[in-house]
Amino acid sequence: MSENLKPLWPYVKRYRRRIALGFVCVIVTNAVGMAFPWVLKVAIDDLVRALTTEKLLKYPLMLIGITLVQAVFRFSMRWVLIGISRDIEYDLRNDLFSHLLKLSTRFYHHNRTGDLMSKATNDVAAVRMLVGPGIMYTANTVVATVLALAIMLHLDSRLTLLALLPLPLVSVAMRYLGSLIHDRFEKIQAMFSDISARVQENLSGIRVVKSFCQEDAEIETFKRMNREYVEKNLGLIRIWGTFYPSLEFLIGLAFVVVLWLGGLQVISGRISLGSFVAFNTYLGMLVWPMIAFGWVVNLVERGAASMGRINVIFVTPADIVDNDVTLSDAPPIRGDIEFRNLTFAYDGHPILRNINLRISRGQRVAIVGHTGSGKSTLVQLIPRLYDAPPGTLFVDGRDIREYPLEALRSAIGYVPQETFLFSETVAENISFGVTHTTAEEIQRVAEVSHLHADVREFPKQFETLVGERGITLSGGQKQRTAISRAVLRDPKILILDDALSSVDTDTEERILRELDVVMRNRTSILISHRVSTVKNADQIVVLHQGQIAEQGTHQELLAHEGYYADLYRKQLLEEELEQI
Amino acid sequence: MASFHEEEALGKAYDHRLMVRLLAYVRPYWLLVGAALLCILISAGLAAIQPFLTKVAIDRYILQHNPGGLRWIGLLFLAVLTVGFVLQFAQTVMTQWMGQRIMYDIRVEIFSHLQRLQLKFFDKNPVGRLMTRVTTDVDALNELFASGLVTVFGDLLTLLAIMVVILELNWRLALLTFTVVPLIIMTTTVFRRKARQSYRDVRAAVARISAFLQEHVSGMSVIQLFNREHRSFQQFDEINERHRKANYDSILAYAVFYPVVEILGSTAVALIIWYGGHEVLKNILTMGTLVAFIQYSQRFFRPIQDLSEKYNILQAAMASSERIFKLLDTPVTIASPKEPGIAGEIRGEIEFQHAWFSYSDSATPTDEEWVLKDISFKVKPGESVAIVGHTGAGKTTLMSLLQRFYDLNRGAILLDGLDIRNLDLGDLRCQYGVVLQDVFIFSGTVESNIRLGTEWIDEEQIQNAAVDVNLYDFIRELPNGFKEEVRERGHTLSVGQKQLMAFARALAHDPKILILDEATSSVDTETELKIREALARLMRGRTSIIIAHRLSTIQNCDRIIVMHKGQVREIGNHQELLARRGIYYRLYQLQYRDQEDRVPPATALPNPAYEGNIP
Repeated sequence: MSENLKPLWPYVKRYRRRIALGFVCVIVTNAVGMAFPWVLKVAIDDLVRALTTEKLLKYPLMLIGITLVQAVFRFSMRWVLIGISRDIEYDLRNDLFSHLLKLSTRFYHHNRTGDLMSKATNDVAAVRMLVGPGIMYTANTVVATVLALAIMLHLDSRLTLLALLPLPLVSVAMRYLGSLIHDRFEKIQAMFSDISARVQENLSGIRVVKSFCQEDAEIETFKRMNREYVEKNLGLIRIWGTFYPSLEFLIGLAFVVVLWLGGLQVISGRISLGSFVAFNTYLGMLVWPMIAFGWVVNLVERGAASMGRINVIFVTPADIVDNDVTLSDAPPIRGDIEFRNLTFAYDGHPILRNINLRISRGQRVAIVGHTGSGKSTLVQLIPRLYDAPPGTLFVDGRDIREYPLEALRSAIGYVPQETFLFSETVAENISFGVTHTTAEEIQRVAEVSHLHADVREFPKQFETLVGERGITLSGGQKQRTAISRAVLRDPKILILDDALSSVDTDTEERILRELDVVMRNRTSILISHRVSTVKNADQIVVLHQGQIAEQGTHQELLAHEGYYADLYRKQLLEEELEQI
Repeated sequence: MASFHEEEALGKAYDHRLMVRLLAYVRPYWLLVGAALLCILISAGLAAIQPFLTKVAIDRYILQHNPGGLRWIGLLFLAVLTVGFVLQFAQTVMTQWMGQRIMYDIRVEIFSHLQRLQLKFFDKNPVGRLMTRVTTDVDALNELFASGLVTVFGDLLTLLAIMVVILELNWRLALLTFTVVPLIIMTTTVFRRKARQSYRDVRAAVARISAFLQEHVSGMSVIQLFNREHRSFQQFDEINERHRKANYDSILAYAVFYPVVEILGSTAVALIIWYGGHEVLKNILTMGTLVAFIQYSQRFFRPIQDLSEKYNILQAAMASSERIFKLLDTPVTIASPKEPGIAGEIRGEIEFQHAWFSYSDSATPTDEEWVLKDISFKVKPGESVAIVGHTGAGKTTLMSLLQRFYDLNRGAILLDGLDIRNLDLGDLRCQYGVVLQDVFIFSGTVESNIRLGTEWIDEEQIQNAAVDVNLYDFIRELPNGFKEEVRERGHTLSVGQKQLMAFARALAHDPKILILDEATSSVDTETELKIREALARLMRGRTSIIIAHRLSTIQNCDRIIVMHKGQVREIGNHQELLARRGIYYRLYQLQYRDQEDRVPPATALPNPAYEGNIP
């Protein structure tokens, strides 16, 4: 557990002055609070001895005074200590996201979004409970117990020891019942996830369920699982039901001891009635810390486990970053790309083999091939979403690693296969990759991708929100937004990964013509399944099972009578079908 | 994003209409509620007795120097504790049990309702959101039933009991103590309002953090490709800061509230000492009563504070119940008619009569929105028909309509001459054996995936089905045979095995009509042959409607129906349609001709399990 908590230390250390201040508040709050029963004791003893009416006003005022002072410190205690926990939560979450931003695509391939989110939300919250209420109540418990015990021992040591006999039992019972509850709770949680999984499956497979008239059978199964779940819960409830009542019983026992034995002490004149009443009050002050103790132990355990889970992310190194190979004074990128005998494997599976491909500045290169032939991987290596082996991928004749990552990516306009837009306005999405832009610029790139006519129909034009809160863009509109986004970066290298698939062929042709103008003297790489997209490229590459199978211009490849020629024939057929 | 907002939306803390509806779920357990309330009533009384015992101990025994009597008080106190223990235990078990039962009832009701809802509903509502209804939202209600409602009564009763006792002890001192109560209520009200506001702010901030993370983690590669790391971080920082700020507001509310309540509490004690002290001096009040009053005043404030804490529970429960009831109120639009026509033993004749269909909710769909336009054809009992067409021709929709997953906009579908809308839904669907393109495997065993929940299918029938679809050899090799576990959408099974499993499933249910959407994925030659053979057996003696992707399947069917852009364009057999040189001819060139070269014994295209493309 302490191993898990180690990474938390720097965060806590940052606030050590305020934590110290918080601890001072805890001590003062409790110390002042201890005076309260004492005043009661003196007041009652005076009453028994029949004091003057004048004096009678003094004690109530003292009591109120004590609570006022205490209130100030109690307020500060919470404000400072819980406040720190919110600050640490904030720091931790920021650091976590900041680290996530550095991790490469490979990491995201291996970690589900849901898991990462749960770490950044639930686990961070559990750690927050540990450093906030966890620390505050621990401090409070320790200080209150020490102070109250000291005074009670001073009042009557024998009575204190007798009265406190049941209290350790409280902590023992908390721990024992606590672990029992924990175990059963785990089992119940497991059962609950089974039920959730079942519902998830049922709803995902609702077509099959309905097709085979399994609704009633499914309901029966659901009922059966839920009955079992209720059964398991009842087991927990029986323990749970004894939990708080036993606490109250044990605490009550302490009060019985004080009432009985303490009463005898008063009768025998060993303590005063005031001490007796004060004793009761001090005992009352110990109750909550005892209860809190068990709760705090639980908080700490959970917080430590969560910190462990969060730390798994922190210790994942960012693998695609600038390092000592990187040149600080790398020249600007012009746009020549060369794959030199490149072989690339992912998780032990070979994806690309012996790729030799030269793309010179100003060229338009098209890549075609079956799904799974390695097309996307090939172009993903250029912006270093994945790293090619050293000495296999060159930009302007230099190994790609020599360029600072930021400089490399700045030179690239990338339109991914699956268009990802953010829930922001159309304008914000288009200007996603640039720091400054103007309305005219946005208009211009929207014209390049032929998005401007669509935007004119949107309720707030370029200021329309994209996504569920705004308008839902069609597949083609999304792709064209993504193209605008890439073009606005004024890239030296433009990569379109099957980015025109949802755009009709007419528009596609017009966009390609516009891109011709924009990309003059720059490099563009197009992946497509459509002949219409690729036929005018300077170079067409056919990938098959990770290797270059065919390479040449449209005419050359048609003459070759291979994959490309077949693709072309089918395209013509599809067009014919469209016409019918 | 919208879904996050909807999920986090908080409505009113109390809505009478919702409450009445919620209480209806408690009705079956009224006896239990009564018993629990009785326990609470007695517990409250016992709690009020304890300080009184202290009073008696002080006045009668301690100050009178009577050690013998003190023992009796001690024992009585012990007895009170013991009874309190038992009652509290009983009450907790009863209310929690009731909470569990009610949760069970509501869960089953939601789940059952979900089973009856039409596919259109599932098209629109993501599974995740529906899951939340069955899980998180029901849990929020449990909080209300198990701990909220009953303990509220407990708190109120305790309050009442203490008030009665202290009024009885000394009504003037009691009234003086009560002067603090309006202040407590005022403080609590102000606190509640502040806490509620900050609670909302915090929830909203948490929702925003989740939404942001969801989006930015999913789109991480775009962020990195476009060098947006720094600005994304700034955005996140802003949201994170807002979350911190909202929490600080909440800390402030709590940090002020607790000390203020304590000040009020000690004011009460101070008043008691001051006024009570005078009375003690005048011998009107006993010392014991004074001490008891101090103890009472401390017990008095706890329930008032507790009551305010219940507010959040109530609010969460109201929001959840609103969402649950909204789901339960979703009308079932596709249901069996009140007096269904009798299907009985059917022959298996299917007819589409001028069927028009659109997924749009509009009464007058536009030309583009029509998925099926004026479809008419008839399939004779025992006949097999292949449906072919380019993507988007409306083939899959046709299958869904046959099973009445959706209702036609115009026209009719007849089964043995009866409109399917006049048949019992179960009766109708049980006539079909359905194999979908993407085979859905449930976690369970091989056997449970073939049988599903159909009880009349015995083990022999399952085994026969497996043998008939060429799956038996595979199953026999498994360590546990038919009892072998399959998990997570059948990830352990190959595409071909899943196909055959779906065939076995359909065959075991022995349907009159086979509906098959053939898988497009290519498999190795051996499996291909197995599938082909199994399909032939499956079709034997059944009316079969097949969305065909395999040339062999098409050639084995009696007739081919060519769909194009939502219409039936050509009907005939393979040779006739090829000769016509129309749509089928082109489809053949496009999709099926390649397969001719692949017809065994020639080998299929190589298809390594893992190649290229990182998903």
